[in-house]
Amino acid sequence: MINAAHVSKKFGKLQALRDINLTCSKGQSIALIGPNGSGKTTFIKCLLGMVVPDSGTIQFHGKNIANEWEYRSKIGYMPQIGRFPDNMTIAQVVDMLKDIRKKDASATDEDLIHAFQLDRIMNKRMHTLSGGTRQKVSACLAFLFGPEVLILDEPTAGLDPLASELLKDKIRAVREKGKLILITSHVLSELDDIVSEVIYLEDGCLKFHKNMEQLKLDTGEDRLAGAIARVMRSTEKR
Amino acid sequence: MKIIKYIISDIIRNKIMLAYTVLLLAISLSVFNLEDNKAKGLLSLMSVILIVVPLVSIIFATIYIYNSAEFIELLVSQPLKRTRLLLSVYSGLAISLLLAFLIGSGIPVLIYSPSIVGGVLIAVGMGLTLVFASLAILASVLAREKAKGMGIAILLWFYFSLIYDGIVLFILFQFSDYPLEKASIVFSSLNPIDLGRVVILLKMDVSAMMGYTGAVFKEFFGGNWGSIYSGGIILAWIVAPLYLSVRRFNRKDL
Repeated sequence: MINAAHVSKKFGKLQALRDINLTCSKGQSIALIGPNGSGKTTFIKCLLGMVVPDSGTIQFHGKNIANEWEYRSKIGYMPQIGRFPDNMTIAQVVDMLKDIRKKDASATDEDLIHAFQLDRIMNKRMHTLSGGTRQKVSACLAFLFGPEVLILDEPTAGLDPLASELLKDKIRAVREKGKLILITSHVLSELDDIVSEVIYLEDGCLKFHKNMEQLKLDTGEDRLAGAIARVMRSTEKR
Repeated sequence: MKIIKYIISDIIRNKIMLAYTVLLLAISLSVFNLEDNKAKGLLSLMSVILIVVPLVSIIFATIYIYNSAEFIELLVSQPLKRTRLLLSVYSGLAISLLLAFLIGSGIPVLIYSPSIVGGVLIAVGMGLTLVFASLAILASVLAREKAKGMGIAILLWFYFSLIYDGIVLFILFQFSDYPLEKASIVFSSLNPIDLGRVVILLKMDVSAMMGYTGAVFKEFFGGNWGSIYSGGIILAWIVAPLYLSVRRFNRKDL
């Protein structure tokens, strides 16, 4: 579904991505893991066309995404920081995105809005909301149009335990429907029962792309957190 | 273009926008109530509008775009063309600023001095609003940091309001032995604020006080062709920064 070939990106002197080659297919749920500044967010932004790679190509359904924009109607994206115009209400933001995506109300997936009980505060203005509530709005927007691909950048950062549990339930439900899910997170323990594959980035290089079973077998750990810790330690030694 | 109405409804609830409208309204009303002579009132209003409108337009628009940075990122991740997105943001800002200007200054002028001069004054104010909102888009697309972008915006305003006139005066004095009437027309075209001032003053029939240059200006700008020419120049001042911004924005990493 998504094919990245030789993707490189430099920000000034910093090499953010070095020759990344990746294939992600339908039905996979992939954890993007790596230390801070390893290029996870940059890679995600390349997929979304927000950052243009210096070299290499990214294909979506076999079509190069350079200078394209229609393909993004098949992607739901939840950014790391969700900020919205101060004087817009939650309802207005939701309506605006519906206008952009030209979907009528019946075709949208509003489960999360109900689960987070946002429907009660639909007319509150964005500047009155707490960081966590804004994060909930971001999450709802990502799932709203039932996209084929979900890209979640640190989805549970800033959410309370109840909300992050609800979000994880939703992610599981969507995974069952056979969609492609990409998640970055530093809270590895919560990824355990969500993801089926792991992509590990370091200094902009792709270190490995394995499925969970293989990774656990290779490292001899049965938890993702333990496995990744082992990988990080072994790369440090070298 | 679907997002314009949401942007407008966001901006018109902004407190700075409300303050701008009230300020213009207060200035306009006091100018017309303090002066018995309507023409004098318009002249004073012109001086204020030529300073305040460009300043507020460029500063407000720049701040708004930087404050919406994350939101613009979210919109870029949606199925929208970047060109369209940026033009929608510009339109939203421009329409809101125009609305504030028309309520603050347009209505008082219409009530107290419904004349051709008043009409030209309003047209110039609207033109300058559009020009400086466009320059604000350029400033905020060029600089990633808010402080830098604000610096560029303030410097642009400073340049067009003060520095440019200083430079022109310097040149006029240095080369006062030569005929510079034609050159002054070029000079005034290179600064939208100056152009606006010239156009309004010529309509006020005070060009007689500007000497020989005034006569040349009158001949050049006075007729229909002059109006078309100045309209075209203002349009160029709106379109050129927008065109550069769109080109830059389409390749920008967010």
